[in-house]
Amino acid sequence: MKLLLKNREMLLVVAIIALLILIAIRFPPFVAPGNLANVYNDTSILIILALGQMAVILTRCIDLSMAANLALSGMAAAMLNAAFPGLPVPLIILAAVALGAFLGSINGLLVWKLDIPPIVVTLGTLTIYRGLIFLISGGAWINAHQMSDAFKALPRATLLGFPLLSWLSLVIIAIMVVVMRRTPLGRAFFALGGNPHAAVYTGIDVGRTRFLAYCLSGMLAGLSGYLWVSRYAVAYVDIAAGFELDIIAACVIGGVSIAGGIGSVGGAVLGALFLGVIKNALPVINISPFAQMAISGTVIIIAVAVNARAEKRKGRVILRKAEAAHG
Amino acid sequence: MKILKTLLVTAAVSVAMMATAQAETKKIALVVKALGIGFFEAANKGAQEAAKELGDVEVIYTGPTTTTAEGQIEVINALIAQKVDAIAVSANDTNALVPALKKAMDRGIKVISWDSGVAPEGRSMHLNPSSNPLIGNMIIKLAADNLPEGGDVAVLSATATSTNQNVWIEEMNKVLPNYKGINVVATVYGDDLADKSYRETQGLIQSHPNLKAIIAPTSVGIVAAAQAVTDAGKIGQINVTGLGLPSEMAGHVKSGASKSFAIWNPIDLGYSATMIANDLIGGAEAKPGAELKMGRMGVVKLDDKNEGAMADPFIYDAKNVEEFAKIF
Repeated sequence: MKLLLKNREMLLVVAIIALLILIAIRFPPFVAPGNLANVYNDTSILIILALGQMAVILTRCIDLSMAANLALSGMAAAMLNAAFPGLPVPLIILAAVALGAFLGSINGLLVWKLDIPPIVVTLGTLTIYRGLIFLISGGAWINAHQMSDAFKALPRATLLGFPLLSWLSLVIIAIMVVVMRRTPLGRAFFALGGNPHAAVYTGIDVGRTRFLAYCLSGMLAGLSGYLWVSRYAVAYVDIAAGFELDIIAACVIGGVSIAGGIGSVGGAVLGALFLGVIKNALPVINISPFAQMAISGTVIIIAVAVNARAEKRKGRVILRKAEAAHG
Repeated sequence: MKILKTLLVTAAVSVAMMATAQAETKKIALVVKALGIGFFEAANKGAQEAAKELGDVEVIYTGPTTTTAEGQIEVINALIAQKVDAIAVSANDTNALVPALKKAMDRGIKVISWDSGVAPEGRSMHLNPSSNPLIGNMIIKLAADNLPEGGDVAVLSATATSTNQNVWIEEMNKVLPNYKGINVVATVYGDDLADKSYRETQGLIQSHPNLKAIIAPTSVGIVAAAQAVTDAGKIGQINVTGLGLPSEMAGHVKSGASKSFAIWNPIDLGYSATMIANDLIGGAEAKPGAELKMGRMGVVKLDDKNEGAMADPFIYDAKNVEEFAKIF
């Protein structure tokens, strides 16, 4: 199983390298180390979000409200900063994360306690959260000059030559690797997604685990909310509109199965990076904006097609293992 | 007899006084989308300026508390009851206000719309803040004014299908030959998303090392481009300009990422609307081809739909952006 996973991730690494070579043929400066670092930095937020989404998808759910959660938490963080410029930035980040987790927990509770299909719940909260942004902000923007310098500086500050935003995403990746591989919660995500009925027998509370997955994705969305708003130095109702689809696409490209139970931190990260490379390359290789949309769509479908094949093989392996464990 | 005479004289005097009183102050109502919005408060400032200049005009600044057509209809009915001489409205709905405004016109009240228009049957003319050719010219002028020796400029638009931006860019390209040495090297689309606009700007910076200016005729794009130029350390090298709002751009003008940008001036708009209303009360007729007086803003020429454009978009730079940032 491990080998197969490795293979899938290797496949993505190869695909990304092939993509970089193709881009380099048209625009060589793109693959300069400095620019690649920029591309990673630009993709950091997507990586963080994709990891949260992965946790939710693993449990056979989906979180369509992540981008709206990001926007609401980001707006709240920006408004907090504009109203109290003296408030230390770590406190603001904490507030954004807490708000994000709270918004995520609402999704989780609805899925857990009321047993509403996750896609319906999060479609509903998506619009509610967007609406709330309008309510708290009155439709007004929070602009660069209304934010304190410290608020904007944090993701840009450099450590060992790389922006803090990049470092932060690396830290989140590390934490997620530990959570997924070394904690009961991480294992519960996989077990529940692989076979919810079997998971119940092993003592996993399906509803509670899903609830925690939503809290996790909410927390990461809240954190991303701050990062987004401070990176682009602007907050308004429509920030990150439609970004939920990018997040899900990153997961799908990274081999996270929409049917749940299959996925890896490495895969989600690579999926996000793949999208990040495309997003950053399209502006410099001079392709019509209409072709850009078609290219993004084609890539996603190819990725899903490849995954569908991979999943078939993998399903058998899991069953055999499970049988062996029971026998 | 004497009593009768006194009575008659008194009556005559009072009639005369009333007549002069009426001739003295013309009541022009400036109806806005909602009270408490900076943009409209600024328009009111302009309207008051016009009233002061004209001397015999009283401006009634009014509007609903929320941006609804129902609220505006109530306000308009109240104004009809007050027998104002003219109503200048920025409408919350193109069609919903028509019956109320028709009623006003039937009572001899002059009705014009400004900023946000009313359907033609509900007003005698509509005042647009600017026109597509004027905007197209302005956005390239903003870039060219800071490039006396010419250079490469790029356009960062909204979506590839957004009508406004496409028309403005088309108009810009028409007048491009007037600006010697200015080359438009690329037009990219940020889809009015902060992140995509930011990335497209980064792309422009990378693929056009000699880029001197970025023109973003969209308020999301201009802010994102300014931030991307700031983050790339290209302030002073690349000037971000285009159309934006002072409150959103103040920080970027201060940082130097944007030397100047443009948008309509709400003060001028309120001023011009009041002047036009006054001209109509004075007997001018709003018909295609007519030229109506707008005081210090010159004249507005009406097209076949009885619409006119006020002026070039107003330029905001380090000198005035702070002041206007408080307004809108």
